[in-house]
Amino acid sequence: MTSISKNMFINAVFLGIFTIAGTAIVAFTHDKTQQRIADNKRNHTLRKLHDLISPSIHDNDLNTDVIKVNDPLLARDAEMTVYRARKNNKPVAAIIECIAPDGYSGNIRLLVAVNYNGSLAGVRVTEHLETPGLGDAIEANKSDWIHIFKGKSLNKPGSEHWRVRRDGGEFDQITSATITSRAVVKATHNVLKYFKANRESLFN
Amino acid sequence: MSLYKNIINEGLWKNNPATVQLLGLCPLLAVSSKVVNALGLGLATLLVLVVSNATVSLIRNFVRNEIRIPVFVVVIAVAVTIIQILMQAFFYDLYLLMSLYVALITTNCVIIARAEAFASKNNVLDSVLDGFFMGLGFTVVLVILGAFRELIGFGTLFQQMDLLFGEGAQWLQITVFENYDGFLLTILPPGAFIGLGLLIALKNVIDNHLKQTVNNDLPQTAT
Repeated sequence: MTSISKNMFINAVFLGIFTIAGTAIVAFTHDKTQQRIADNKRNHTLRKLHDLISPSIHDNDLNTDVIKVNDPLLARDAEMTVYRARKNNKPVAAIIECIAPDGYSGNIRLLVAVNYNGSLAGVRVTEHLETPGLGDAIEANKSDWIHIFKGKSLNKPGSEHWRVRRDGGEFDQITSATITSRAVVKATHNVLKYFKANRESLFN
Repeated sequence: MSLYKNIINEGLWKNNPATVQLLGLCPLLAVSSKVVNALGLGLATLLVLVVSNATVSLIRNFVRNEIRIPVFVVVIAVAVTIIQILMQAFFYDLYLLMSLYVALITTNCVIIARAEAFASKNNVLDSVLDGFFMGLGFTVVLVILGAFRELIGFGTLFQQMDLLFGEGAQWLQITVFENYDGFLLTILPPGAFIGLGLLIALKNVIDNHLKQTVNNDLPQTAT
């Protein structure tokens, strides 16, 4: 072997050993923590859901009682998750994920909790890119606005009033963030329509 | 002893990664909107710097020159990945706030710069100290910038510290201005640039002032 190729060989072996050792350390850490990370993720989801419905109204595991649905009323070409809350195997509520595509700067992801009787238990924003200080008032920890949906349903108010006040509807818009408010109202209304049409199949 | 003093001075002031070397600006500017984010990312970076400097220094005599950069990259990538996994396991909520930027620590130039410029030429203890004080210098600037932006932007200090220190730390939040409407500009990216610019300017003013006092003192001691 010439000295150049010998050098290259030693370097390659060294780099190889190093990469394997590095990967082994990462794999070991992953193995030791993956259970804990999975628990964290589950608890995180559960906390989000229990912000919408009280833990006392259901007795099933929300993390596993889920279905994936694909419907233009919820999102364009994307699978959305529906969490199903039951007590004694009777359906009590569904928490439906949806995307409002027409926010001021892109998609707004929402969780909409609908009681089995069709009334809204609550709405929360999970992801958005709205302007900080204006449109982000849709977040529950920034303002109370998102609570205006609680108790509403498809007939309360009627279809022509499921709009922000500026458009002649019954929901106050957030000051300086009408587009954002409009998007959330519309998406919530669509979820109610979806729920009415699919209620029975959702819980099967 | 003067070597240690020098390492400390370099990291915290003279060669501060954020205000002098201007390295790692991407996470610095993106994550400094609140003290808690800033402190979280600063500590993570500090930890990566210490681990990578220590490892690089340990292996500096075995690694051949031609492959030292790829080896450093592996070391840094491993350190960052492990810290990312540990954050998911123990500081999940904080991790959600800054997940993207944790991975970006890998690309923070200050880490490979210290590996190459310092750790590959010095012993383990010195390298660990260098990593620690460079990281501390970075963290301090991040936290000052975070405090500035949080104070002006939200009117508070130390919001959500419970993400880092557990539920018991919520009392740390100080509402400096009651019923404050917030000042949007400082929360948005331009606020980070303006804040960092002011910090660098302040440092230069202090440096100039120090230089002048030294110059003024010299003739006096001569006469």
